Amino acid sequence: MMTDTTRRAARPVTEAAPAGPGPVPAPRRARLWRRVTPWLFLIAPLALLITFTYAPIVDMVAYSFTDWDGVSPELRYTGAGNYRELFTRPELFEVFFVSGYYLAASVVQIAGALYFATVLSFNVRFRNFFKGVLFFPYLINGVAIGFVFLYFFQDGGTLDSVLRLFGHDTDHAWLGTPESANVSLAGVSVWRYLGLNFVLFLGAIQSVPGELYEAAELDGASRWHQFRYIIAPGIRPILSLTVILSVSGSLSVFEIPYIMTGGATGTETFVIQTVKLAFQFNKTGLASAAAVVLLLIILAVTWVQRRLVPDDKVELV
Amino acid sequence: MTRRAASRVLVYLSLVLATLVVLLPLAVVFLTSLKTPKEMAEDSGALALPDDPFNLHNYVTAFQDGRMLSAFGNTAVILVAAIGGTVLIGSMTAYAIDRFTFRFKKLVVALFLVAALVPGVTTQVATFQIVNSFGMFDTLWAPIALYMGTDIVSIYIFLQFVRSIPISLDESARLEGANAFTIYRRIIFPLLKPAIATVVIVKGINVYNDFYIPFLYMPSEDLGVISTSLFRFKGPFGAHWETISAGTVLVILPTLAVFLLLQRFIYNGFMRGATK
Repeated sequence: MMTDTTRRAARPVTEAAPAGPGPVPAPRRARLWRRVTPWLFLIAPLALLITFTYAPIVDMVAYSFTDWDGVSPELRYTGAGNYRELFTRPELFEVFFVSGYYLAASVVQIAGALYFATVLSFNVRFRNFFKGVLFFPYLINGVAIGFVFLYFFQDGGTLDSVLRLFGHDTDHAWLGTPESANVSLAGVSVWRYLGLNFVLFLGAIQSVPGELYEAAELDGASRWHQFRYIIAPGIRPILSLTVILSVSGSLSVFEIPYIMTGGATGTETFVIQTVKLAFQFNKTGLASAAAVVLLLIILAVTWVQRRLVPDDKVELV
Repeated sequence: MTRRAASRVLVYLSLVLATLVVLLPLAVVFLTSLKTPKEMAEDSGALALPDDPFNLHNYVTAFQDGRMLSAFGNTAVILVAAIGGTVLIGSMTAYAIDRFTFRFKKLVVALFLVAALVPGVTTQVATFQIVNSFGMFDTLWAPIALYMGTDIVSIYIFLQFVRSIPISLDESARLEGANAFTIYRRIIFPLLKPAIATVVIVKGINVYNDFYIPFLYMPSEDLGVISTSLFRFKGPFGAHWETISAGTVLVILPTLAVFLLLQRFIYNGFMRGATK
């Protein structure tokens, strides 16, 4: 960077020399320099982007047509074999149904976040306290959350103790059956992520000018009408963004189930399965095919959302 | 009027209930972290108070046997390097994209835009091979490079800010003989402070909490970060919930402190980060 500066500083001298009669065309070196400058800023970011985002995608697609194990120098081209295996072996595709639990949970989560955002956008005592409490879980380390809830659902843990307090003695093993375990884990996911949705909704609601509420209040509009006609339109863009993030999030759940159950008792998700295929069973080819399928699904979902809700705010330049 | 009052009561009731749902699981873990193994064995129930509220013995165990100190050290190194890199990369990219016209600009912008849609978890199968081929596997470089190189959101945040800096500032500096690098260093970068604060906070919290990347790329115990070291509590401390709880509290405490100190910035940061 130092040498660049000095070279640039020296430029006016050389430029002054040919300054004879007539308009001077910008010297070639200066023009070249100007053309190169943006690339000097972009070279590192682009190199990282290509190395860690695009090269993996290309590689992944290539691996997905082979039987590579990730280690040996040998690999055989197997055509669409991995994809066929993925779609015909039910146990490989079944994991997608687990996403259904998280998808249902995200409906609860969005509804809850909307409710609390609406409520806390009005004058409520201890508003900041409630806001902080609702948001804080989102900031907590995922492994810590996993442990907190392992203890919560444990036999004789927090949940059982609370239920006993209300006279409901139970020895239900919350993480014991696939259905109960998935519902519990999806509940943890709501606990963790509701705060983010809530804060985003709250921000959108508060960016609606206050006079609108005052006018509505004067006209005798009920809380429901205020929500329906002022709040709802104000948060539509953020709501659609949240929906799309929830869908792709439900499809790529990993942390909570991996930390808490390791994917046991029917809680294995698609990403857990892919990680296991790739790094435990050395089936890089098959895992790549699975990852390609997931990537395509997520891109498709995003594309559908962009088509349904054209959002002009997302423009970059 | 009574209906309004009734609905007010219901609103407060729901808020108190939500507060309990959020805080109770955390509070119980805190209580557990103060109990002795003997108390745990007696099984007086998860909600029982510890006999000695100042029993920090489990924290000592967690810190020493759980290798939390080296975990905090590794996390700190990764945090500093990854955040510094992200700030540099993001601000340079934003400056180049916003202040220059050049060939293939549309393509470059599209590359960054599309990359934002690709969820990182899906491509790790192949990213792993690339990281491995660079010899970065099982070194601190793997997470640093990945955190630095795949953060599109911070580029968005910087872009918004660069755009709000008037171009006339660049121009007057250029008239005084400043070149593009001087302008970036002396004018743009210092004016990006609010954006830098946002990126540091959001990125910092994300890196501190990330589990997937260190788990995948740094299996050695010496390279444990907060998440992976805590995860390893599962094995040796098996059913010793008092120790696991202490480790959990140790991990949550810094987050709580940062949250209480920087609340306003954190809300704004995550709002900007998510809405791009």
